[in-house]
Amino acid sequence: MKEGALIRLEHGSGGALSRDLVESVIHPFFRSAAYPELTDASPVETGSDFLMTTDGYVVDPPFFPGGNIGALSVWGTCNDLAVCGAKPICISLALVLEEGFAVADLRKVLESAASAAREADTRIVTGDTKVVPRGKGGGIFITTAGIGRRMCSAPLSPSRIQEGDSVIISAPIGAHGLTVLAARESLPVADALRSDMAFLYPPVSLLFPLAESLRFLRDATRGGVAAVLNEAVHGAAWGIRMEESEIPVSDEVRTVADLLGLNPLEVANEGVFVAVVGARSEAAALRALQAHPLGRSARCVGHVTAGNAGTVLMTTKIGGTRRVDFPRGLLLPRIC
Amino acid sequence: MSGERDLASALVAEIEKTAAGIGRPVRIMEVCGTHTVELRRQGIHSLLPRGIALVSGPGCPVCVTPAGYVDNALTLAESGHAIIASFGDMLKVPGATGRTLSSLSAAGRARLVYSPTELIGMARAAGAPVVFLAVGFETTIPTIMSALLEAEKQEIRNLYLYTAFKTVPAALRFLLANPEHGIDGFLLPGHVSVVIGADAYEFLEGPGGRPGVITGFEALDMLLGILLVLRQIGRGTHRVENAYPRAVRPGGNSLARQMIETMLEPTDETWRGLGVIPGAALGLRPARADRDAAKVFSLPAAADAEAPGCICARVVAGMATPPQCPLFGARCTPDDPVGPCMVSSEGTCAAYFRYGDGT
Repeated sequence: MKEGALIRLEHGSGGALSRDLVESVIHPFFRSAAYPELTDASPVETGSDFLMTTDGYVVDPPFFPGGNIGALSVWGTCNDLAVCGAKPICISLALVLEEGFAVADLRKVLESAASAAREADTRIVTGDTKVVPRGKGGGIFITTAGIGRRMCSAPLSPSRIQEGDSVIISAPIGAHGLTVLAARESLPVADALRSDMAFLYPPVSLLFPLAESLRFLRDATRGGVAAVLNEAVHGAAWGIRMEESEIPVSDEVRTVADLLGLNPLEVANEGVFVAVVGARSEAAALRALQAHPLGRSARCVGHVTAGNAGTVLMTTKIGGTRRVDFPRGLLLPRIC
Repeated sequence: MSGERDLASALVAEIEKTAAGIGRPVRIMEVCGTHTVELRRQGIHSLLPRGIALVSGPGCPVCVTPAGYVDNALTLAESGHAIIASFGDMLKVPGATGRTLSSLSAAGRARLVYSPTELIGMARAAGAPVVFLAVGFETTIPTIMSALLEAEKQEIRNLYLYTAFKTVPAALRFLLANPEHGIDGFLLPGHVSVVIGADAYEFLEGPGGRPGVITGFEALDMLLGILLVLRQIGRGTHRVENAYPRAVRPGGNSLARQMIETMLEPTDETWRGLGVIPGAALGLRPARADRDAAKVFSLPAAADAEAPGCICARVVAGMATPPQCPLFGARCTPDDPVGPCMVSSEGTCAAYFRYGDGT
């Protein structure tokens, strides 16, 4: 990053600039031989089966169709553990409240968090509360940490992806980001959209029996599926080729995204994950996912290919080819 | 296979047949920035036979606005005499010194608007002079002029326009008069044509003209537009065809045209990369001189200048493609752009960078 650089909103969008900030500014301070990769969750010590994760939530507005910041913060943290192959055990919850935030709203958020934790069979075991002056916060911010136990025998990592592997998207994309945007901007489309916010350990764990054939999992939050796929092949000797017509998108999301000039592949999800599996396990993976309500629309959207190292290419609906890049610029700030 | 893909395959087969009949390389210019983006987003380049080059034209309004315009806006914002309001892309275009208006947004001196309708509330709340960077072609102009009319109706006196409006027919005339561009035909912009109408391109049918096809923005629209241009090239005709009749009428939108004609007049201004094209810009008529930021704040004429190494000027003129630029993808990316063609969401460089070249 350049001398005199300032943090921009784009640094939080989950796209290319977010990656650059983490790689060039943050990670160098904490990188170690024991923890060389940037992952959503890591073992609490080398070789441990207990994994730890943390996440911050600044979604604006905190209440949106389909949920609120309370359940979002609990499930988001549980999902980070799930895609690293771990079952959530317990989480912490720290509140940063802005002077003037309604206690009744706080109760609603906490009720939603408690109920989400029950559904995820996990507990909120510790927490913290801070208050900042009016105008210095966003109403309510939540930071969580989570601990989980490894349940997946295979190490899940982009480095295990091989040429020929199948790329699966678990559910229709784009609903969460567009819902929050529509709620924030009071767009008259809000009725048609609901956040896809969900606890993903149950469908994710259905893939664990694939063992070594399960290469890589990632929930497609900020930056959407486009960011996850580009991360997966970043710096690799292979790339991904996908079919636009196979991407699961609801008519509502497609229409609203078109109107706003947004690409659903770049929009944040809270109930969608990407799985890369060995080609021979593709059918088994789809069968397992489609048997679960959160994976009913799961699709294989493409494969890992040679000849386009480090890039994601897409066959468009008319049969043309184009690149799917890391999301760039100001996408949708404060979406989670 | 979807019905759309079948239709696309059939159109591509016709395009291949027609191109083979022409038997020489062909250059077709898509004049409009939205076409530039959509052609690449749909992967249409990858479907065309070798020998058909799609050349991006000067139809990205941000891209053809000279750096001196940004510098004038920066000077005005920093003087404290006015708050600058603008659509997003313009805030990110570097001026001649490399600085951008977005660097002033934290201090509230440069503000983003999504729609000109926001200007009314912004001017009322600000109290201080608000200068809107009125950049755009015929599609954008009527909405901006509507906002100005509304400001007049509500007697909001502190809203000014710094106009850099451009007109598409004038740019086409300029390209025709400079045949070294080697353009064999034009995909004419669908949205601009909704306003100005198909009849506005009649000059393309005169001596020295080229085939022009008014084209929509769906994948099949664009393939059809390309096919119709090629058929004309094959026949040796140069007529204006309307392949977007579901939106474009011969006379355009009379209300919008009338608004443009009564409030604005042709002026001579600099286009980035093309220089001064006589009568190809639109400025406020003298009756509205009190709304004209260039006059009220005595702004100098906007000089054309390029950052070292940047070839945006040649890209907007259809004389170079982005990969020919030494800065492309290295020093110049959408996250840290050097030239306007990488800044604008409609810019040719941004479209190449995001969607690749179809291989």
